[in-house]
Amino acid sequence: MKRWTIATICLVLAAGASWGTQRFRPPDLGERYAPPSQPAPAARSQAMEWVDLGVLAVALAFSAHLALRTRRRAWAFVLMLAALAYFGFYRAGCICPIGSIQNVALALSDPAYAVPLVAVLFFVLPLATALFFGRAFCASVCPLGAIQDLLLLRPVLLPGWLEAALRLPAHLYLAIAVVVVANGAGFLICRYDPFVAFFRFAGSLPMLILGACVLLVAVFVGRPYCRFFCPYGVLLGWASRLSRRRVTITPDECIRCRLCEKSCPFGAIREPNAEPGVPTARPSRARLAGLLALAPVLVALGAWGGWRLGAELAGLHPQVALDDRIALEDAGAVTGLTDASKAFREAERDSESLHAEAAQIVHGFQSGTMGAGVYIGLVVAAGLLGQSVSRRREDYEADRASCLACGRCFAYCPREQVRRGAIGAEGPP
Amino acid sequence: MTPPPDKLTRRDILRRGLGGACLLGLGGAAGWLARPGGGERTLWQIDPHKCIACGNCAVKCVLPESAVKCTHAFSMCGRCDFCFGYYRTPGKSDTGGERQLCPTNALIRHDKHTARGDVFHEYTIDDALCIGCGVCVKDCGLRGNGSRVNCNECSIAAACPSQAFVRVPAHRPYLPKDEDRTA
Repeated sequence: MKRWTIATICLVLAAGASWGTQRFRPPDLGERYAPPSQPAPAARSQAMEWVDLGVLAVALAFSAHLALRTRRRAWAFVLMLAALAYFGFYRAGCICPIGSIQNVALALSDPAYAVPLVAVLFFVLPLATALFFGRAFCASVCPLGAIQDLLLLRPVLLPGWLEAALRLPAHLYLAIAVVVVANGAGFLICRYDPFVAFFRFAGSLPMLILGACVLLVAVFVGRPYCRFFCPYGVLLGWASRLSRRRVTITPDECIRCRLCEKSCPFGAIREPNAEPGVPTARPSRARLAGLLALAPVLVALGAWGGWRLGAELAGLHPQVALDDRIALEDAGAVTGLTDASKAFREAERDSESLHAEAAQIVHGFQSGTMGAGVYIGLVVAAGLLGQSVSRRREDYEADRASCLACGRCFAYCPREQVRRGAIGAEGPP
Repeated sequence: MTPPPDKLTRRDILRRGLGGACLLGLGGAAGWLARPGGGERTLWQIDPHKCIACGNCAVKCVLPESAVKCTHAFSMCGRCDFCFGYYRTPGKSDTGGERQLCPTNALIRHDKHTARGDVFHEYTIDDALCIGCGVCVKDCGLRGNGSRVNCNECSIAAACPSQAFVRVPAHRPYLPKDEDRTA
């Protein structure tokens, strides 16, 4: 009943405002006068979206073929440049599979949002490719990867433990971005895309500085955004672990010559940990048991941290930010009005309903971030277990999850040189 | 012992099974999201009753030239002799450039005559020049504001202080501020 009363008052107020707007009647210009029509700017043709999708599909197929069959870095490099030109500079970095995570997450959480079919397919296609052929998308289709790869001039190898620890921000970013978009507070991944300002030749100063910093780091550390921040890279890493076929350093057999050992700027080559014929030492049972016991603690810690973070993160939602501001203004803690609080007061909305709305949004955020915290706890626990349980490896192998299929290591392998006919099977001519 | 390459290990079977399940899951999710009637295709639009003409539209768009364009609801326009959206106030009724409000000279004034011979003015907006700053909207208590943006997330919507940016059904892309809607 109360709601209806408020709604009626609002309607009357709105109607009053509209009477106020019609202060001057249009003059009678006669029968022959026709007012000009409103111009309707044409949107980009929807057919072009399917062209984008076609380009993506062809590039993915080509990239997988180059990494698994042709095994030529030069062609992959050419494809990478083409993808950078098309998806980066021509399409100005939009649409991309990394951002499409948010379209899919929003569509799953908000049934009123009509997700474009092309956005769903942009999300699915690289993941499906990774399930068959590994990270062909990262190799030479992603414009964000390409712009960093081009600048990788003085690669520095990071120690393994640092590499593993630095991978955590990507999981955190994925979890936070999904929570934020599912609660209707915007597309975080698009907003903080470090390279899109370069693709568009326009952007805010902080984003340009951030992008320049990432590119500067990319000169020394191979693809820092891809390895340590890319949320889609996390999903592709999982898919790639399950892939049917994988990138191999050698075309046939590994002769453990160690020539490829330092060839990967992304730290994706795993050294052999066992001699052929020698049985592997069993990992310590006590350590494993300790880590397994630690896992629930980590998960609980993540859930608690997530719940605490939720209230802070909810400030990204405009309603919550407005509610905070209104509360401060009403308490007399701040002077003056922001644009948002001015608009709120001009609309004569009541602060109680705003507060109730904001509280609901904060609660939604807290449930989401608690789930995200559980996820992070599981990731940390799995990472620790992964560090202490290693599978037996007798050859140099590309790591399933972190190999970007760029093809840099191929040329280092003497067996590959034999395959290409550059050297004979017995050695150099 | 490394198994011979042609033999399926337990790990391979597990991997293929999981991979197949993921593929099915992806396909199922895509199919469910693409189901017909899942929601109507929408466009970004400004609600003129919420807009406070703060000027963010002119500068917050990711495009070098803002995608927001002011449009004119002619059914509401009084065709005033002294248009507050056209002239600076205080000002006088001539077309001297220094008197005009629009920073890009996108507003064009045309003379129209009534049947009795009185002169009235019709104001049109040149889309190519309009930067969506909204100063004419702010000064004119009569006119509405309409735009289209074709975007993943509209950056201006994120920056709009009055949350006047709303998604509207694509078949009804404009929200003109006119008599029909306010009545």
